[in-house]
Amino acid sequence: MKFDIKRLEILDENGIADESLMPPLEESDLKRIYELMTLSRVFDERALSLQREGRIGTYPSILGQEAAQVGSAFAFEKTDWVFPSFRETGMHITMGYPLHLLFQYWAGDERGMLTPEGLNILPVSVSVGTHIPHAVGAAMAARYRRDRIAVVAYFGDGGTSKGDFHEAFNFAGVFRPPVVFICQNNQWAISVPRERQTAAETLAQKALAYGFEGIQVDGNDIFAVYSAARAALEKARSGGGPTFIECHTYRLSHHTTADDATRYRSREEVEQWKKKDPILRLGLYMEKRGLMPEGYRQDTEERCRAIVDDAVGKAEKAAAPRPDEMFLNTLGELTPRQRREMKELTDADS
Amino acid sequence: MPIRNMVQAINLALTEEMAGDDRVIVLGEDVGKDGGVFRITDGLLGAYGPERVIDTPLAESAIVGTAVGMALYGLRPVAEIQFMGFVYPAIDQIFAHAARIRNRSRGRFSCPLVIRTPYGSGIKAPELHEESTEAFFCHMPGIKVVVPSGPYAAKGLLISAIRDPDPVIFLEPTRLYRLIKEEVPDGEYTIPLGKARLAKKGDDVTVIAWGSMLERVMKAVEPYSADVVDLLTLSPFDMETMLESVRKTGRAVIVHEAPKTCGFGAELAATIAEEAILNLRGPVMRVTGSDVLVPLGKLVDYYLPDIERIRKSIDEVLRY
Repeated sequence: MKFDIKRLEILDENGIADESLMPPLEESDLKRIYELMTLSRVFDERALSLQREGRIGTYPSILGQEAAQVGSAFAFEKTDWVFPSFRETGMHITMGYPLHLLFQYWAGDERGMLTPEGLNILPVSVSVGTHIPHAVGAAMAARYRRDRIAVVAYFGDGGTSKGDFHEAFNFAGVFRPPVVFICQNNQWAISVPRERQTAAETLAQKALAYGFEGIQVDGNDIFAVYSAARAALEKARSGGGPTFIECHTYRLSHHTTADDATRYRSREEVEQWKKKDPILRLGLYMEKRGLMPEGYRQDTEERCRAIVDDAVGKAEKAAAPRPDEMFLNTLGELTPRQRREMKELTDADS
Repeated sequence: MPIRNMVQAINLALTEEMAGDDRVIVLGEDVGKDGGVFRITDGLLGAYGPERVIDTPLAESAIVGTAVGMALYGLRPVAEIQFMGFVYPAIDQIFAHAARIRNRSRGRFSCPLVIRTPYGSGIKAPELHEESTEAFFCHMPGIKVVVPSGPYAAKGLLISAIRDPDPVIFLEPTRLYRLIKEEVPDGEYTIPLGKARLAKKGDDVTVIAWGSMLERVMKAVEPYSADVVDLLTLSPFDMETMLESVRKTGRAVIVHEAPKTCGFGAELAATIAEEAILNLRGPVMRVTGSDVLVPLGKLVDYYLPDIERIRKSIDEVLRY
């Protein structure tokens, strides 16, 4: 059997868009997207500096992946369910997840993963790729309930090597629930490059083996990501079954703050990808459309810095978690032994 | 009152819970048309249709993984793993997710899921069909481990497990599936999780067992005046019932078919030592499987605790 994998590209590195492929986005949408991508980057930069100052713990940067995250999440409805991995801060920000909670979480405060009511975002999955079956199960449940929603799972190129990726894809193909798989193929799983992760030419083609559509998009092209996500989500909500979107992007930073990427990849490679910066690209496009008035870029960055300052302040002012909080959500009702241990700890602490 | 074996009792619990609650979904390998390899889910597909009785591809991790997703969405999935030895590919789902999502999400999401699986020796089946590794699951906070010892307990405990707000590993003693028949009523009754049952009352020794070993223990203790504590739930286990009995008799014998080292008996013995050592007249004895991999049929009877070994340990502790 022969097959072709479609690759969607709309906006090139010079900010020139193929208007025939442009998704329906108002000028206000473009500005909103630009602001969300900028906010994601400012958040990321702040997180890295907070980590260096010892004010948060290990943090995984999203630098360079803003289009893949903001572009996909911009297509979600609030009623959709999202199963993230651990590198989707841009998605959280786009969905309106409170920024101070994200800072709290990365600073080691589990209360940061208490998703506010009204959002259906699961806590980040530190375990690579093993959350993908959950999205399939939730989508099967949503269909059983006749809820017109889509369920999304995010993962990286490394995650596609895990057994659970394949088992989940197989179930998705067999049961055809309303699920959309979004891979941020950022070329590196810590030190292992994409071509050592799989011998397949694309990741998208793996969906074909499981009997559903796989598409590759330029993951640094906000319009391509948004367009593919929008189509896949609508297809899912209207009963058309699963889709796999491979966002071809690049991790410009280290794997996490605990990693040193200079040990395994060249400066030249990174420099090549910097030219493909997704925010730069959208900025060039908006300039051409006359949507970047004098000072807009700086104003946007300053506003984002103020939002981030505020979130950091709020996160750092939060009262420390009490020791009993490590027990309270273990089970719906604590065991007698847990109650005893909790009491001993609380008594010793007071 | 109708007399039923454990297969019929578990089937009845599933049938009735599915009738009463449309959130209850059954999924697993061969659970639909085939009714399960032990026929536990027989008739459910016909009664509730393929949306609620789902024959899945052969992939244990995804069976549990999709069940986790369903539970997060608000359903009450009951996943069947064909044999306990085949749950190992799904342990990552159980330990890394099912057990942790309530905690990880600070209570926003929970995982009300039941994983049913036949466990234990004595049916002369191939390798990995006779495992008894319940202690693995007892070590992980965030999940419950339930082991019925007969048909009546199986039905009442399974109903409680399905209604429980947290993940429950439900271990069905394969050897007893059709061996014991007892009165099992139609309609709803529940046995609370975390509560043991005093299966026999006596004065001289406390014998603690669960699941597959209980039937053997009941025969072994016939000549003695023994309390028999049938734990029913291993995690969380009913410390009070066990300790009350041990404080009374001053002697404890623990019987399980899993290997001795780090078996659940170790936890019980340590708890007795911590809480009731001054009441003890002699050492806490453990009668267990050997520290070996479960042998195939030709040797399995040497591996499993038998009546003679149980009595030998009781006699030994009675000397004090």
